[in-house]
Amino acid sequence: MKRVNAVVVGAGAAGGIVAKELSAAGLSVVLLERGKWYTANDCRKDDLRNQRTTVLGNAFGPEDYGNPRVSVDADGTPHIMLPSEGGYQNNAACVGGGTLSYGAMAWRYMPQDFRMRSTYGAPAGSSLEDWPISYDDLEPYYEKAEYEIGISGDDSGNPFHAPRRRPLPMPPLPPNREFQILEPAAKRLGLHPFPISMARNSVPYNGRGPCMRCRWCVGFACEVDAKNGSQNTVIPVALATGNCELRTECMAREILTDERGRARGVAYYDADGRLQEQPSDIVVVSACAIESARLLLNSKSQLFPNGLGNRHDQVGRNLQGHHYTGAIGFFEFDTYDDVGPGASIAISDYNHGTPGMCGGGLLANEFIRLPIQMVDRMPAGTPRWGLAHKQAMRSFFKRNIVIMGPTQQIPSADARVTLDPTVRDKRGMPVARISGNVHPQTYEIGLVQAQRAEAWLKEAGAASTLINAGRSTTVYAGQHQAGTCRMGNDPQGSVVDRNCQLHDVDNVFVIDSSVHVTNGGFNPALTIMAIAYFASAALVRNWKGTGFRS
Amino acid sequence: MQSGKNGIRLTRRQLVAAGAMGGAALAVGCTARGHGSWDFLSDGQALTLAAMCDRIVPADEFPSASEAGVVTYIDRQLARTYRRHRNTYRDGLEQADAMSRNRFGRDLAALPAPQQVEIVGAIEKQDRKFFELVRSHTLEGYYGPPRHGGNRDAVSWRMLGLAEPPVLGRAQYDLRKGPTS
Repeated sequence: MKRVNAVVVGAGAAGGIVAKELSAAGLSVVLLERGKWYTANDCRKDDLRNQRTTVLGNAFGPEDYGNPRVSVDADGTPHIMLPSEGGYQNNAACVGGGTLSYGAMAWRYMPQDFRMRSTYGAPAGSSLEDWPISYDDLEPYYEKAEYEIGISGDDSGNPFHAPRRRPLPMPPLPPNREFQILEPAAKRLGLHPFPISMARNSVPYNGRGPCMRCRWCVGFACEVDAKNGSQNTVIPVALATGNCELRTECMAREILTDERGRARGVAYYDADGRLQEQPSDIVVVSACAIESARLLLNSKSQLFPNGLGNRHDQVGRNLQGHHYTGAIGFFEFDTYDDVGPGASIAISDYNHGTPGMCGGGLLANEFIRLPIQMVDRMPAGTPRWGLAHKQAMRSFFKRNIVIMGPTQQIPSADARVTLDPTVRDKRGMPVARISGNVHPQTYEIGLVQAQRAEAWLKEAGAASTLINAGRSTTVYAGQHQAGTCRMGNDPQGSVVDRNCQLHDVDNVFVIDSSVHVTNGGFNPALTIMAIAYFASAALVRNWKGTGFRS
Repeated sequence: MQSGKNGIRLTRRQLVAAGAMGGAALAVGCTARGHGSWDFLSDGQALTLAAMCDRIVPADEFPSASEAGVVTYIDRQLARTYRRHRNTYRDGLEQADAMSRNRFGRDLAALPAPQQVEIVGAIEKQDRKFFELVRSHTLEGYYGPPRHGGNRDAVSWRMLGLAEPPVLGRAQYDLRKGPTS
């Protein structure tokens, strides 16, 4: 196979951007994606088969057959998980990755989110650390992501937002009814509500039309292509350069290294299951936190017996996501107007500054409420079946509001991805094994956040409320998975440097949420994108023909 | 066969006909099926399952689970995505009828509604796994999208006050069609 400058593994939020930036700079790129390139027509709005409800399988991959993972519970017992089961912690496997079907909240992390250890000190037993880069380093790349991907919103009403040089390129969508109910209540409580920034066209942008405000948003591909992911922004640009070839249904097996310990390409299984080798000058791993770690760990050789970049046993550690907590309020009047995308209003008052606790998170009203999603969200004491349940569905379906938010998890080195010693996928590759848990302080502040959500709902007039602040027994990383290839200056305590370059191998990069040292109290997509632009810029800057300037 | 106001309203013949109708709708987009009225269930199992489903979502001014096609939904999934639950259903439905005969001398489907509620409540306590499957699958069929055989004519969505077809969103794709699973 013809040698190329770069192989990028994974066509998601980060991989799509890296492919575009490298190919636009003149590098030849092969972009490998294990899944398919879906359109909305392939995965029509199906309430039982989407990212939120997977009872009939995953709509955006991987399929249940032949792609297991192992999850280890608190007793140390391993359980084999299918991709459509919650414990699998699936993100997606398709062109666009999670960004094809995400809710598309587009947050900048706050400056403190990059300096968690300096701000709070590390709780005993945690692996809380500062990032080697600051918010200021990333700010121009946040802006680039906001303009190239296309973000609507207005955070001028949020006094806590990080400083920005330019406003967002599109105005927010008009408020829905929940916004109108919750905004005055938040203000009465002294909070600072504002419309959520979204990677969604509110006006025509980038050659595509605006959101039509339908019921099926988070978890679904957009029927009118108004939701902005890598599949309809940067990847088409990458392909248009003529320098990038996208190969779908191609699953990377390992990064190949030469006798001097440098990467020489990627071995992968193509759409027909044949093993192929793509030689390249550099390799960029953008497969999302769990699979990126798995690929590095599976890339074993004589020089790297424990996997690539894993000399100090750091690959796969510090797995984290977000601890979602909140509350539901039941009202005596209609709160639901069936106007998508649903999520509309947020507060950032509680992202930092809770006395005696680390971090926190935003609180926002929840995206959508498909009928099937409501069947177990009924007021306390509602029978689970029978006429009373059916009548409660009728009474409360339009009369409830959910407020929740991604509480920042306090990372732990024990929460990790390893390779399972026995379970293999259909191609014979060892699968990811997820074990350990995040630091317990995560659950304490999660409860506080849920109580705050409840107080907001009560102020808004909820007749009754229920708190949702569970405690996961195994780390819950889910779609917001991050942290497994930590970025840092110390090669013994991290996997990549500030430019996302492996400490061990100078022509291998990990560019995705894996490098997040901490994951903020915000949905991570925009930060993943900003990091991808930041790391791509450094890569292009240091690129010299077929190697790097030293 | 006819029972009280909230009991089973369908005769066996009507129920089987309903199943066949669902099958015919399915056959439009797929290859024709070779056997019987159901993909997996026997006619007797379908009656017992319908009785259980109709206790979970009974009829009032809106249709019951089986009237909205939930048995068709479950039957179809037992032949596809839910193949792994076949044994649980086979055994569970047999046990339900056995319990019913033992306690009231008749199959579950032949009992009046209050006695059916008693049996389903007993199953909930004694065979939690089976009960939870039937409950989940019934609610999926009733409140899920019509394309999978349940929620006939989007009846549950109308019941909840959702505009059907949606007012917002042009829904340029027919939501009743598309990949089933």
